[in-house]
Amino acid sequence: MTKEELKSYLEKTFPGMTQEENIDFPVLWVEKDQIFEVAKKLKEDEATKFDFLFDETAIDWQTHFEMVYHMTSTTYRHDLEIKVKLEDRDDAELPSVEPLWKAAEMYENEIYDLFGIRFSGHPHLRRIFMTNEWKGYPLRKDYQDDDVISL
Amino acid sequence: METKDIKHDEFVINVGPQHPSTHGVLRLELWLDGEDIIDSKPHLGYIHRGIEKMSEALGYKQFIYLTSRMDYLSAHISNQACSLAIEKGLQIEAPARAQVIRVLMAELTRLASHQLWWGALGLDLGAVSPFFYAFREREMILEIFEETCGSRLTMNYITPGGVVNDLHPDFVKKVKKLIEQLKGNLHEYYQLLTGNVILQARTRGVGKLTAEDAVSLGCTGPVARASGVKCDVRKLHPYDGYDKVEFEEVLNDKGDNFARYWLRIEEMKQSIYIIEQLIDNIPEGSYREKLKGVVKLPAGEYYQRVETARGELGVYIVSDGKKEPYRVRFRTPNFSNLNALRPMLKGAKIGDMVSMMATLDLIIPDIDR
Amino acid sequence: MQLSISLLEITRAIDSWLNSAFHPHVAYGIELVLAGVAVILLVVAMAILMVYAERKLAGFMQMRLGPMRVGKWGSMQAVADVMKLLLKECLVPTNSDKLMFRVAPFVVTIVSFMTLVPIAFAKGIQLWDINIGVFYITAVSSLSVIGILMAGWSSNNKYSLLGAMRSGAQIVSYELSGGLALIVVVMMSGTLSISGIVQAQADGWWVIKGHIPVIIAFVTFIITSTAELNRAPFDLAEAESELTAGYHTEYSGMQFAMFFLSEYTNMFVLSMVAATVFLGGWMPFHLAGLDGLNHFMDYIPGIVWFFGKTFFILFLIVWFRWTFPRLRIDQLLKLEWKYLLPVSIINVLFAAFIALMGWYL
Repeated sequence: MTKEELKSYLEKTFPGMTQEENIDFPVLWVEKDQIFEVAKKLKEDEATKFDFLFDETAIDWQTHFEMVYHMTSTTYRHDLEIKVKLEDRDDAELPSVEPLWKAAEMYENEIYDLFGIRFSGHPHLRRIFMTNEWKGYPLRKDYQDDDVISL
Repeated sequence: METKDIKHDEFVINVGPQHPSTHGVLRLELWLDGEDIIDSKPHLGYIHRGIEKMSEALGYKQFIYLTSRMDYLSAHISNQACSLAIEKGLQIEAPARAQVIRVLMAELTRLASHQLWWGALGLDLGAVSPFFYAFREREMILEIFEETCGSRLTMNYITPGGVVNDLHPDFVKKVKKLIEQLKGNLHEYYQLLTGNVILQARTRGVGKLTAEDAVSLGCTGPVARASGVKCDVRKLHPYDGYDKVEFEEVLNDKGDNFARYWLRIEEMKQSIYIIEQLIDNIPEGSYREKLKGVVKLPAGEYYQRVETARGELGVYIVSDGKKEPYRVRFRTPNFSNLNALRPMLKGAKIGDMVSMMATLDLIIPDIDR
Repeated sequence: MQLSISLLEITRAIDSWLNSAFHPHVAYGIELVLAGVAVILLVVAMAILMVYAERKLAGFMQMRLGPMRVGKWGSMQAVADVMKLLLKECLVPTNSDKLMFRVAPFVVTIVSFMTLVPIAFAKGIQLWDINIGVFYITAVSSLSVIGILMAGWSSNNKYSLLGAMRSGAQIVSYELSGGLALIVVVMMSGTLSISGIVQAQADGWWVIKGHIPVIIAFVTFIITSTAELNRAPFDLAEAESELTAGYHTEYSGMQFAMFFLSEYTNMFVLSMVAATVFLGGWMPFHLAGLDGLNHFMDYIPGIVWFFGKTFFILFLIVWFRWTFPRLRIDQLLKLEWKYLLPVSIINVLFAAFIALMGWYL
């Protein structure tokens, strides 16, 4: 599907969801409770077949988090970016997409480790980079490390 | 910390963080039953330097230099990815000469990386000699890098707008000599390892990865291509004039260790082919677009994919219009390729673990970032 | 020829002088000590030589020079390494079985020295001309697995234990075809004594006059002895990329050096056995019916022949090591139980038939 076709498809399939477009990908804004259903539909629909989650990350906008999913289809070669807004910064939680793409296991572990966003339905969420006792989540903008000596 | 029930005759060993076959500081927790591996769990973070966080404090021209330290065997290509992302934001394009130089450097990097991989694979499987044969040509490539870029490992040569310096006058001559020697010597690779009965017994049918698994686990690069997944970014989303050169995307559908081995050897031939096409056709002209001292990207987000020697590297820059990026994210190939290790290891032998890790070609600083 | 006679005379002269100067029992004791010292000196000297030779050979196989810094052409490198190992502290892990941990290197070393006893270095130069020499060597050399298991178990290290278990499985399996390969020649020469086997090759080495069975046995023996030595491509017990260093992971200093020494001693002994049994030991190259050639060959002393053959086989083993990748444990055991052992058994039957009919030259 070309970008235009994909955009009209998304409009038809997910009415009411905001669409944007950036320089690389069409962007679809999804509510955090719907992310699993939307992702499942996008992955399993014959017309889209987004079977390859090539990136999943988060952005800390200081007031809220933004989850970013980049996906592509190995059949049709179209790309899509899905964004989820997480309002509650202290207790951010959203459904895991691990059952759909196994790659998400590690990505979500990393996001949990560095941003402190929890994923419900993830088989074993753990801190993969930092130690278990590490205080704070380093990639948050307000992260302060008391041990850092500023030069 | 979660604990797992250890059955009566299970045996837990830690492979790494200091272990000869992990090529770095990866720690694998293995549950063993005699020689058979029941389960495994990777523990990361031993070389986590927070490159993503550090990039948020540096300017656009500066943070590129950190990326040489991620996949240190594909330093040029990581720099290239960041430069392309920033160029995308500035809506400029590198001059034709710079683009050709970038592709040449990227392919030389790929050759050097695959040669190191080939030697280290032999070393992991117990054959020491291939290592030295691999380093013979790799040394020549590093010398070429040293002349033009000034260093051998973390080159920091490719920059937004082009490349830092013009090519060294001997560059073309030396690359031609390298290509000639490499073409003559590739049959030694066959004699030393590829054709060896023991190597074939150790790799064929071991470490199977199906195409569905490779896609689901997010594998890219030679690992996915050996399972028959087309994923070469150079073909799918050409950058820096890769659409103007001729080359084949090597594919194999076996998905085992030998397929990955064979595929990288074939990729070396394709890289040589690309270099051969370009080396006589480096256009004249400027090698760098002049940029302002402090680069500011318009607010927005920019994603750039490139093909490193290990797979797809994605650079995701979020800008809020200031002189530092707001968020930089590196989607590194090894982080996803590591996913493939766990399903492969189930039921394998300890000896297989070594050959699987060797053919996955993991670079730990690239996983940890 | 002359040199070997003179060596014999030297030993006889020492023997008669000791007997005339001391009480016969004292003289016997002194002779035992002298022999022991001679063996240790020989082994250490050869180990140092062999380490140097191996590093140089490996260097040339890998397009580099090998050791070059210590002495002319790096010739003192191995000596320097020995000095370094002598000076290092022998660490004993806290939770190890300390007695076993300390005893294990001695067991391994003593066993490998013991196997040197019945070897005939030249005509008359033999410590003990026992009538079951070949049997003695196969019996004693299999004891070294006990030392390896002791080392692996007592280290209290999982890598060591895995390495020791691998080594146990490997040595016990490969001993079978190794023994069967030796039996082929024993049947043809009709004796188990080393000197008897050498004498039986006076009119031609077994590998030449023994037809196909002996050639098969020779190849089998080289393979199995490489496996028994735990050397590449069968170095699973100390596979450095899998088990860091296998059963001697926890050893340091001289204790480690003893494992190293015993590995090299075993390498010599097995090469010497192969040279003796299949290539005629100190016997010069003779062909039945060609007296001119035989006389010419006799001018080269037996000790040169013996060590020449030994080093030829050592070279083969070194060559394997620096060429092949390592096998996996199941492939290693499959090679023995599914291929080598059946072939050896059939080969023994075949050889028995040939020996019975007297078809060899």
